[in-house]
Amino acid sequence: MMPSQPAVAGLPAANAMLPVLATITQIQAEAPGIATYTLEFQDPAWRSAYRFRPGQFNMLYLPGIGEVAISMSSDAEAPQPLLHTIRSAGNVTQAISRLKVGQAIGVRGPYGSHWPVEAARGGDVIFVSGGIGLAPLRPAICSVIRHRADYGKVTMLVGARTPADLLYPGEYESWRQHDIEMLVTVDRADETWHGRVGVVPLLFYALWPDPLRTTLFSCGPEIMMRFVVYEALARRFPKDRLYVSLERNMKCAIGFCGHCQFGPAFLCKDGPVFTYAQVEPFFGVEEF
Amino acid sequence: MSMPLPVTGAQITLAKPALQQVFDALLAAGYLVVGPTVRESAIVYDEITKITELPIGWTDEQRPGSYRLKPRGDQHYFGFVVGPHSWKKYLFPPTLKLFSTRRAGSSFEVLPNEQPAPKYAFIGVRGCELAAIAVQDRTFLEGAIQEPHYKARRENAFILAINCTEPGGTCFCVSMKTGPKVKAGFDLALTELDESFLIEVGSPLGAQMLAGVEWRPAATVEVEHATQALAEAEAKMGRTLDTHDLPNLLYDNLEHPRWDDVAQRCLSCTNCTMVCPTCFCSDVEDVADLTGENTERVRVWDSCFNPDFSSVYSGNLRPNVRSRYRQWLTHKLASWIDQFGSSGCVGCGRCITWCPVGIDLTEEVAAIRGEPPA
Repeated sequence: MMPSQPAVAGLPAANAMLPVLATITQIQAEAPGIATYTLEFQDPAWRSAYRFRPGQFNMLYLPGIGEVAISMSSDAEAPQPLLHTIRSAGNVTQAISRLKVGQAIGVRGPYGSHWPVEAARGGDVIFVSGGIGLAPLRPAICSVIRHRADYGKVTMLVGARTPADLLYPGEYESWRQHDIEMLVTVDRADETWHGRVGVVPLLFYALWPDPLRTTLFSCGPEIMMRFVVYEALARRFPKDRLYVSLERNMKCAIGFCGHCQFGPAFLCKDGPVFTYAQVEPFFGVEEF
Repeated sequence: MSMPLPVTGAQITLAKPALQQVFDALLAAGYLVVGPTVRESAIVYDEITKITELPIGWTDEQRPGSYRLKPRGDQHYFGFVVGPHSWKKYLFPPTLKLFSTRRAGSSFEVLPNEQPAPKYAFIGVRGCELAAIAVQDRTFLEGAIQEPHYKARRENAFILAINCTEPGGTCFCVSMKTGPKVKAGFDLALTELDESFLIEVGSPLGAQMLAGVEWRPAATVEVEHATQALAEAEAKMGRTLDTHDLPNLLYDNLEHPRWDDVAQRCLSCTNCTMVCPTCFCSDVEDVADLTGENTERVRVWDSCFNPDFSSVYSGNLRPNVRSRYRQWLTHKLASWIDQFGSSGCVGCGRCITWCPVGIDLTEEVAAIRGEPPA
């Protein structure tokens, strides 16, 4: 298993379940039901000490409501302020969607494994995202752009249900300018859409990847990732260079609550980012 | 009295009523003494102060889905096995306040639970239960982050262990290599003989609690009696579980028809996980007062048999009893070993006895192994 990252330096173990306070300084609407929240720690010591790695997540807490695991979407090399792109879906994220600038939120983290952006240097990179799955990939994209010369060909396969559901569309042009090939598709087009229509894994048919020098990072619905893995394996990608970010119910994020188990793995500390080689025995087992 | 203190490893003998003097020493040292006692037709663990509160003269008859107390016909103090409770309810309480919050303008304050951990003396911890505590130690103390509430309770705890000489009908500690003899991790270990208690001193703290207690060095014949009783107990297990290559057996049979079969019987009631001394899953709930100004964040026991346990927004990942039972059994007997280096099962048999429909995991494993029913 990929070693999990220790919690932020200075976070006392005795307080591992205690949130620290952050203030919402900005809310940016992204897509229907999705917004990006800019968080600033109230304690200056936390503002300067907090670091995370691309693909890791925080537990966000609202009193009287509860906690939810949300990946960071900002540039890990500029760790403050912190961005979280959140879809209003369950109990806690719906309550978050009603918050206003200036209100407080509890934060614990960072937790979990990360995208191997350093290890991927020297080769090609393919990012594959579906829907909100682009949010946990964004810090990895920021890292690749910061160190663009260290990578070969960089390709992004982006999908969403409709054109309105595409995340961060305003950034695609800037990503292209950093020599990232953008292939964007939607499940259902509307009259504004002149691009591709179809599911994300089909975008592989527009690529000529070099499997032995490519690292693939994928985040999206599990069914999408299953077919992404299928397409990649058909092209002889090594299993330990295919990375997926999985989602499970989480209550503690530190390996105690048991909710996020996936076979031998605890998603919170062994994941959420896994190589396909790590999860292969259980990846396709229904209801496991 | 001016008895010298016995050394660690010493075997001593106590007249049975002198056990009260050990209780008194523990109480004087500030311990909450917790031990087995009869309540509502079962032997449970509760706070006690007198040895007369122990289930003297009682035993339990256990079968799948059945637990009955009956008089032994003698005055043995510990002539029964484990009931529905385990020590986990003290080390890992069923509900625990993690912190509270108080609204402060547009922000809020987080107030940690700084209540000091209770100091417990556990009376009558059996081999399977010592093993279960060691299993929970691996979960809560031996990872990258230590669970502070468990740690404080665990470090405070005094353990008086019991060697089981009369295993119950659903016991299989021999299969799981956790008993019947207690091996390590106790302050004192007691073997009940007909006329006396044979006590092995496990720690200097255990020896200290014998100050002021009337004891004498154990006679060779007493030690031999205890050894023989334990050897006989090994042959009297109510159940066996073949653990050979068990993780691979289960991983290779994730689609075995037996999962459908057990799903027809299992009520998904969570009893097995509540009585299990190693199950550690928990949920966290927020409780607000009527004004909404003050909230408490409370950790509560959860179970992988609860329908919501693996719900995410896009759906329930284990939507039926088949998938939940499979998760419980494969975790307990297979992935637990990957995660913590030891099985999650200690062979105590509680999940068999307290299952309302008498599902017996040893039978389920045997069926998957393709063995004929016993």
